[in-house]
Amino acid sequence: MHELVLAESIVDTVTKEIQNRQPAKLVAVFVRIGALTEIVPDALQFGFESLIIDTPLAGAELKIERVPIKGKCKSCGHQFEIEEFLFICPQCYSSDIAMTQGDELEISHLEIE
Amino acid sequence: MAGKISIEKRILFENDKLAEQIRQKLMAKKIVSLNLVSSPGSGKTSLLEKTLAGLGNKLNFALIAGDVQTENDANRLAKAGAKIVRPIVTGGACHLDARMVSRVLDELSLDGVDLLFIENVGNLVCPSNFDLGEDMKVVLISTTEGDDKPLKYPSMFRRSAAMVINKIDLMGFSDFDLSRVKENALKINGNLRIFELSCRTGQGLQSWFDWLLMLVAQAKV
Repeated sequence: MHELVLAESIVDTVTKEIQNRQPAKLVAVFVRIGALTEIVPDALQFGFESLIIDTPLAGAELKIERVPIKGKCKSCGHQFEIEEFLFICPQCYSSDIAMTQGDELEISHLEIE
Repeated sequence: MAGKISIEKRILFENDKLAEQIRQKLMAKKIVSLNLVSSPGSGKTSLLEKTLAGLGNKLNFALIAGDVQTENDANRLAKAGAKIVRPIVTGGACHLDARMVSRVLDELSLDGVDLLFIENVGNLVCPSNFDLGEDMKVVLISTTEGDDKPLKYPSMFRRSAAMVINKIDLMGFSDFDLSRVKENALKINGNLRIFELSCRTGQGLQSWFDWLLMLVAQAKV
């Protein structure tokens, strides 16, 4: 349910950004969503589409890039992708893992025409 | 002017900015802050009541109790002897955010406070992405829930520094397997500190108290 809060925040940021660039038309908003955030892309998409009806953003697409979780073992230094939230080093079995990506909730860029 | 405009901004940057201000403010006052998260009914308010009863003569507490509706939790905590307790009624929102916490903290005098507890809304999903400016999250789970909860809500268990397993006096009345829940949680977060206790009987509370006392002592250094 908090996907709507995130969608609102995206719409606010983008609205401010394109205000100064009229008459540019917004084509797409690119966001990066890390797997650890447990954000449901469909719900975010739905929230975004609902919020931009009858606004200067109308018709824009939300493009979601899903970022997988990656980690670095603090014991042996091995870097690997974390699947199914298993934070265990496949090389030395240590569970002391630093996350290097997968926590993203970011707007990366806009496409305009 | 067709093209690409680079933004590179966190979606929740306003929340995160406020959270950082809260963190700085609490650090300057050497206050330890814990964000308590769990499913509804795991015993967050009970744990706080017991903590007030057990440590109220040693530490000064401030408590913020978040609820979707009613101020019942805050009222319970006031009865339990909390001098500084403030409700946040989210009116439907499924999590607390830094703005709500910041508003409450601005109205409070925090002088002399050792430990701030923020009792989040009972929900293991949504609160996970909202930094409240706390030092750490503590996730609570009880033996009347499934022992696969860490696997179902990995984000919250990954982001928490400690896990409290409550209602251990009820073990045996359900299929909850203590070693399995710990194993599941540690797969996601190998550094998780684990407490096993019962708010009803008091069993195991002392090691929880000792940990809180240690955190406060460390913050004062």
